[in-house]
Amino acid sequence: MNKRDRKTDSRFIVANREAVIGVILVIINFIWWYGFAYGLGSNSVENYSYILGFPAWFFYSCIVGFFVMVILVIIVVKFFLVEVPFDHDEEGMDE
Amino acid sequence: MNVEVVISLVIFLLIIFVVGFMSAKHSSRKGSTFLQEYFLGSRELGGFILAMTMVATYGSASSFLGGPGAAYTQGLGWVLLAMSQVATGYFVLLILGKKFAIMARKYEAVTLIDFLKNRYRSSIVVLFSAISIIVFLFSAMAAQWIGGAYLIESIVGIPYTSALFIFAVAVLIYVIIGGFRAVVFTDSIQGVVMFFGTLIILIGTIVAGGGVSNIMNDLISENPNLVTPYGHDGGLSAAYVSSFWILVGVGVVALPQVAVRAMSYRDSRSMHRALIVGTIVVGFIMLGMHLIGVFSRPILPGIEVADQVMPLITMEVLPPWLAGIVLAAPLAAIMSTVDSLLLLVSSTVVKDVYLNYIKPDATNKRVRQVSYGVTAFLGILVFAFALSPPELLIWLNLFAFGGLEAAFIWPLIFGLYWSKGNKGGAIASMVVGVGTYIGIHNFYPNPLGMHSVVFPVVLSFFAFIIGTYIYYESSKKSVEI
Repeated sequence: MNKRDRKTDSRFIVANREAVIGVILVIINFIWWYGFAYGLGSNSVENYSYILGFPAWFFYSCIVGFFVMVILVIIVVKFFLVEVPFDHDEEGMDE
Repeated sequence: MNVEVVISLVIFLLIIFVVGFMSAKHSSRKGSTFLQEYFLGSRELGGFILAMTMVATYGSASSFLGGPGAAYTQGLGWVLLAMSQVATGYFVLLILGKKFAIMARKYEAVTLIDFLKNRYRSSIVVLFSAISIIVFLFSAMAAQWIGGAYLIESIVGIPYTSALFIFAVAVLIYVIIGGFRAVVFTDSIQGVVMFFGTLIILIGTIVAGGGVSNIMNDLISENPNLVTPYGHDGGLSAAYVSSFWILVGVGVVALPQVAVRAMSYRDSRSMHRALIVGTIVVGFIMLGMHLIGVFSRPILPGIEVADQVMPLITMEVLPPWLAGIVLAAPLAAIMSTVDSLLLLVSSTVVKDVYLNYIKPDATNKRVRQVSYGVTAFLGILVFAFALSPPELLIWLNLFAFGGLEAAFIWPLIFGLYWSKGNKGGAIASMVVGVGTYIGIHNFYPNPLGMHSVVFPVVLSFFAFIIGTYIYYESSKKSVEI
């Protein structure tokens, strides 16, 4: 059954691609989060700069990082995801 | 304690009941099979509801009571840790995604175990999964009930036992009557309450603290570590905080109560919409809730029981009538987690054990009776446990999520994306994952400064691959002979 799925169902090519997008998104998310938090946050507290009252590391890592991810997710949904039917079973199946 | 607070809570509970009854009516009208409807809402969830039910199921007592409490103690470092959960908003749906939805439909799977059963065709996999779910989730659920009862106790000012009783009756009635559809609709209401509740408390807290800059200065003058990423005593290392990306970020994919929602939506469009809504709502709630915890510190110094930070700060910064409405948010979070878990455990018992092994030819009517019975029985059992929580239960709850992730992550992911993966791999992966997790958790916690869940997830990955090849070779040999 699985061999058939892999070879013939074109919907699974779409699904596999979208799973890869998910992994790429989470890697970008992590690098952004980690880079700003520990890049700026490892200075001593006296040298911190502040944006809107928050320490800069927190502002960029957590607040800006959140908005960046929302924008990336919207871009991915609008431009990269493909609508496929779930129920049209065995479509394009030729064994 | 406070009449206005109690009134708005009661109104909230009534709304939940009405939704439960209405959706129960809907489900009894429908001709589709009872199992599909009761446990999965006939796979008809739209995008907004899908997003909200995922958020509400996931954003449990941990994010509403424990999380802000920890942020209160640890400072901004804990908010940083909590922000690893933003990933759940998009990662779960993209990874399980369309493939899981399509395969679940093909297999007519109603639970995560259904999927594993059809994918691996092994009763060992099914039984091991069922036991993991029943043990781990039952424990997680009991701890949530305790949290809910404490919350009612602290708001209403009645004894713990009465609070627990009110909570239990409310949850049971609507889970039994409504099933999955009632649960996800009430999840949506609760998700909305959580979202706006967070917003209102956050604004109230910032105002009470005299603005963000002022609060930061207060924190620095108390303990400069509170505004660093390293926690109040410098104990939160980068490796430790980063390892939470596995426990509460990407690993959430493997939690059965989350995975089951990824097979319940109507079409691609619902999923796409849920991706956007879910990311925004999860991110906002996690950021807001944990910031509230940090900001509470200068306003209400010296709170000793961390779980009380949220109720206390809410009653402190908001007028009573508004506090009452907003405090519905943590209660909503706990209830929605509990009802989802209750339904999931009962579906495991009914679908995966009763129908598979005890009475495969049960009629639709019989299944219905058994489902109600098991759900009610489990509810009463949890209630009994929560009355005087045994030590073991608390211990089990602490590592329930990690254990489930170690058990299911690779059988699920490889099951979807690696067609060669077989039951040898699945069994090896589950045994190694759960075994090493229990071992590391007890005897060598947080190796190399990372959370105990990291190594079991890595080891079970290799166990799956090795197990798959060993089984593949041995079955090839037996065919040749």
